[in-house]
Amino acid sequence: MRIPLSWLREFAQVPAEATAEDVMAELVKVGLEEEAVHRPTDTIQGPIVVGQVLSIVKEPQTNGKTINWCQVRVVPEGQQQTLTGEGIDPSGVQGIICGAHNFVEGDKVVVTLPGAVLPGDFHISARKTYGHLSAGMIASVRELGIGEDHDGILVLSRIGLDPELGTDAMELLGLYDQAAEINVTPDRSYCFSIRGVAREYAHATGTEFTDPASKVHAPQVLSGGYGVKLNDDAPIYGKPGCDRFVARTVRGVDATRPTPPWMTSRLRLAGIRSISLPVDISNYVMLELGQPNHCYDLDKLSGDIVVRRAAAGEKITTLDDKERTLDAEDLLITDASGPIGIAGVMGGAHTEVSDSTTNVLVEAAHFDEVSIARSRRRHKLPSEASKRFERGVDWQVADVAAQRVVDLLVELAGGTADEAGTDVGTAPDAVTIELPAGYAAARIGIDFTEDHIVTSLEDLGAVVETSAAGHTVTAPSWRNDLETKDDLTEEIARLVGYDKIPATLPVAPPGRGLTRVQQQRRRLIQALADAGLTEVLAYPFVSKAANDTFGVPAEGAARMALKLANPISEEHGFLRTSILPGLIEVAKRNHSRGFRDLALFEAGLVFLPGEQLGTASIPPLGVKPGDEVLDALYDGVPDQPLHLAAVLTGHDSPAAPGHAPRAWDWADALDIARVAGDVLGVDLVVTQGRHQAFHPGRAAQIALRTGEVVGYAGELHPKLLAAYDMPARSVALELNADALFEAAADVIVARHISTYPVATQDVALVVPQDVPAGEVLTALREGAGELLEDVALFDVYAGKGIEDGKKSLAFSLRFRADDRTLTADEASAAREGAVAAAHERFGAVQR
Amino acid sequence: MTETLPGAAVPNPLDEAAITAAVDQAVAAIAAAATLDELKAVRLAHTGEKSALSLANREIGALPKDQKAAAGKLMGASRGRVNKALADRTAELEAENDARILVEETVDVTAAPRRRRAGARHPLSTLQDRVADIFVGMGWEIAEGPEVESEWFNFDALNFKPDHPARDMQDTFFVEPPEAHLLMRTHTSPVQVRSMLERELPIYVLCPGKVFRTDELDATHTPVFHQFEGLAIDKKLSMADLRGTLEHFARQMFGGEAQIRLRPNYFPFTEPSAELDIWHPGAKGGPSWIEWGGCGMVNPNVLRAAGIDPDVYSGFAFGMGIERTLMFRNEVGDMRDMIEGDVRFSEHFGMEI
Repeated sequence: MRIPLSWLREFAQVPAEATAEDVMAELVKVGLEEEAVHRPTDTIQGPIVVGQVLSIVKEPQTNGKTINWCQVRVVPEGQQQTLTGEGIDPSGVQGIICGAHNFVEGDKVVVTLPGAVLPGDFHISARKTYGHLSAGMIASVRELGIGEDHDGILVLSRIGLDPELGTDAMELLGLYDQAAEINVTPDRSYCFSIRGVAREYAHATGTEFTDPASKVHAPQVLSGGYGVKLNDDAPIYGKPGCDRFVARTVRGVDATRPTPPWMTSRLRLAGIRSISLPVDISNYVMLELGQPNHCYDLDKLSGDIVVRRAAAGEKITTLDDKERTLDAEDLLITDASGPIGIAGVMGGAHTEVSDSTTNVLVEAAHFDEVSIARSRRRHKLPSEASKRFERGVDWQVADVAAQRVVDLLVELAGGTADEAGTDVGTAPDAVTIELPAGYAAARIGIDFTEDHIVTSLEDLGAVVETSAAGHTVTAPSWRNDLETKDDLTEEIARLVGYDKIPATLPVAPPGRGLTRVQQQRRRLIQALADAGLTEVLAYPFVSKAANDTFGVPAEGAARMALKLANPISEEHGFLRTSILPGLIEVAKRNHSRGFRDLALFEAGLVFLPGEQLGTASIPPLGVKPGDEVLDALYDGVPDQPLHLAAVLTGHDSPAAPGHAPRAWDWADALDIARVAGDVLGVDLVVTQGRHQAFHPGRAAQIALRTGEVVGYAGELHPKLLAAYDMPARSVALELNADALFEAAADVIVARHISTYPVATQDVALVVPQDVPAGEVLTALREGAGELLEDVALFDVYAGKGIEDGKKSLAFSLRFRADDRTLTADEASAAREGAVAAAHERFGAVQR
Repeated sequence: MTETLPGAAVPNPLDEAAITAAVDQAVAAIAAAATLDELKAVRLAHTGEKSALSLANREIGALPKDQKAAAGKLMGASRGRVNKALADRTAELEAENDARILVEETVDVTAAPRRRRAGARHPLSTLQDRVADIFVGMGWEIAEGPEVESEWFNFDALNFKPDHPARDMQDTFFVEPPEAHLLMRTHTSPVQVRSMLERELPIYVLCPGKVFRTDELDATHTPVFHQFEGLAIDKKLSMADLRGTLEHFARQMFGGEAQIRLRPNYFPFTEPSAELDIWHPGAKGGPSWIEWGGCGMVNPNVLRAAGIDPDVYSGFAFGMGIERTLMFRNEVGDMRDMIEGDVRFSEHFGMEI
């Protein structure tokens, strides 16, 4: 909401020297946040004065254009120029070249004299042009920054002005005024008016407020006016769509009269374009009193006005010349011809006022918030009217606003008001709230005095009755946001001042610290960073193709994924089921910035919808839903496990003297996965894996001891890397971190540390090429018995001396007993047991 | 110095002058030896079997008995001198040798390779941990929840009326199909609702996490960002407790001089509601109040939605943006730097913020 200061000053005690910034600094104290300053003088400076065109000499040019060489008097007849400056003629007559032709000798115009600055940092000076010294400019509204019309210069008589020559045109056009733009929160609908903001300014500064409504004198009773019926047969939540409709008639209006500059200036500063006098008046009153209203061309109406719900499929052409198909829930203003407006949202084109309008019917009505909000959303028609109605408008101000429109139509448009008028509807019950004694003090922590409470509430416009139990408060009609004792508590605290609230530190009961999973997650993320990887946080929005590739191991399978109804872009229309697509995007971005050696990781949620998706209905607010309803709400939220993923491209370190960097390879990816397992204390089982995103021969499937697959690691598929324009041999891994957390032991039982000597034995086994070393190792471990402390693969060899199709695996076995020094025979026997198991399973023979 | 004085007569072990001359000669040769190899030659020449002193020593045996003692004493002392000189010189030369090897092994440390990568945390992630630690230190617990939420947890339970414009303030990503009433949470407040439903009273929890709004990415907006929200539900909590908690937190976060300011505002889930500003002495363009987040007393309707009796319990809640905190705390000028994953951004922070 933009507040022109000149307007605010009519109703609040704003110091004459106060700037928009000063006003905002006050308003922010009562909760109206500052947004912007609109001040014409920031971009326009005088001297800009009223002049009269004394003579025009038309001078055709070689380029076909005709320019006017004008003599313009800029001081009153018989007086000398008092302004001084280069290019300002002491005679008071300026010679000016003008290209526009919409004026004649004798017209009063706006002259920007040398030294003036116009919007766009346009400096005016005397300059030689078309063979003359042109000392100034005759300005158009566009050049002055007060309108769009560029067809010609501003002729003051056409906006109803006949000022004295030499008058400061900036003053005349309201250019010294300025507006404070504030943010109005959705509960404070009354602040979408000068009336409301002036009241708040008075609250903020402790000064006097004059209610603009009190300056308007509407008849106590209206009757005999235009026929209006309120026929809502389908109220929403039982509330009638329209509970008040005031209609007033003004006849003999001249709709073509110009809107006075003081009004256009205020409207412009408030952000509203001048359209025509009746429309400007309507908008002006809406801004001043917060009551949206509408002017119909009375002669285009036929029969009674009926406010009713639409028939499904009914159509209306709105003011913006768009045909709209209506919904049965839309509230309409209709006459005998059909719909003439979507109530509170936008009027119809057919009955709008035009230049030929002479008789006007003024509407000021009160509509249900929900009904308006739904129509506005349905038709995507955010208007100044709907903005106010859906937040709530003062029921009591409708007749006042209608009277104000009538008064202005009479005063400015030459109309005559009918004495008869219409006012139908039923006032809603006033809202009374019990505020128990001590309640506000307990909530805020300030020991409010009786005066604090009563004065604050009465300042708001509330009626307060005091009793021993507390206060009974009747909320003012414009404060539909005041419903509960907590609402009143806020008002008291707000008016007393939030800066008066003391600080006390409550002590929480002894806590448990971070949960185990929270600690595990931290450890995991820190471990990867410690291992040299860089953490990034990518968006979780991906394409369907990315989910289908990275989210499911099997080729060609489509991934169940959540689709967004309103994504940031179609290529990012789905929620990720894998972290890798985002990481690859980040890797590519880094490549494009010259970083080829990367080790990136992210820990984040992936979204795995199951059979049950959401709930068909949503329980109402303010009540705890039943257990079954709650269970359904919980169960309807899709599974969202934490995944950990990494992508590595290029080399492990930069090249340097005496140091050859190593290219990341599949084993690095697997190694990082194992580090993840190690830091969490989870045993990971690695087997040859198949996943469509990975190289078919260079991927490891990673599982828990239980057999549950928790991820993959290895080289990304060469074709995929090519398709994504990623470096060849890039490697990656992805793990279900939540599954790892769950698999971690709660309590780790200590192992006895034997200090008896170690007996180490190496063994080389020849097995067929396709036997995985990991499985041979498992066989060795199982066959060796409990004397085995550790076993490790230290070499793989194939070639000379080994039969074709076979390979030799060299293992080192470490034996130790808990209670004695092992003899060589015991160690050998254990080794033989290990070898026997390998032989039995894979036909392994010792080399 | 390999010559063993050929032709020189074997000195008489009683001839003190001759022996002393031989000793002096030996000591001089030892001192002149420049390397361990030279010293070895000198040792052989002056203490070897054919050396003058050895030969003279051997002569003692042939001397008359009464002279043996004197000769032995002379020779013993003389050989002792030579041996000591040898030992000293050996130690000297060995030390020199060792030192030379170390000198020769000198490297250019400024040309050292980096063999290990220094990894890095994302500063948003580090900051989130830091914030959590401050509250855990106050006895609070950390609560978390899903990023795709039911509309009820995100809006209705938080007292957003179905048709109220407040819902439009939070530009929401909706999940298809609309009948499922699922969305990307627009704030971490649904975790507050879950906490109230799931936990025993009193409750003191901090809910950090990722949230989503349909804003276009630019220097100050991003559709995906992080928040942390606090919730305290207890008997007799007041807005003074809220202020005290926020003040304590601000001082932990920004130092003992930190100040906060509360301004009236509106949120459906709190009443009274406030905007929280923090005094930023180091702000670009001079010290100023920076908008940090929102807070207020939990709206009784929110307590009711979780089955908590508002006549017995009251509570306060607050929420701040982690991106925003990082922006003014660490002078990040452009939101995109936090989003794009440029490794220079995270690596500059390393493991700290």
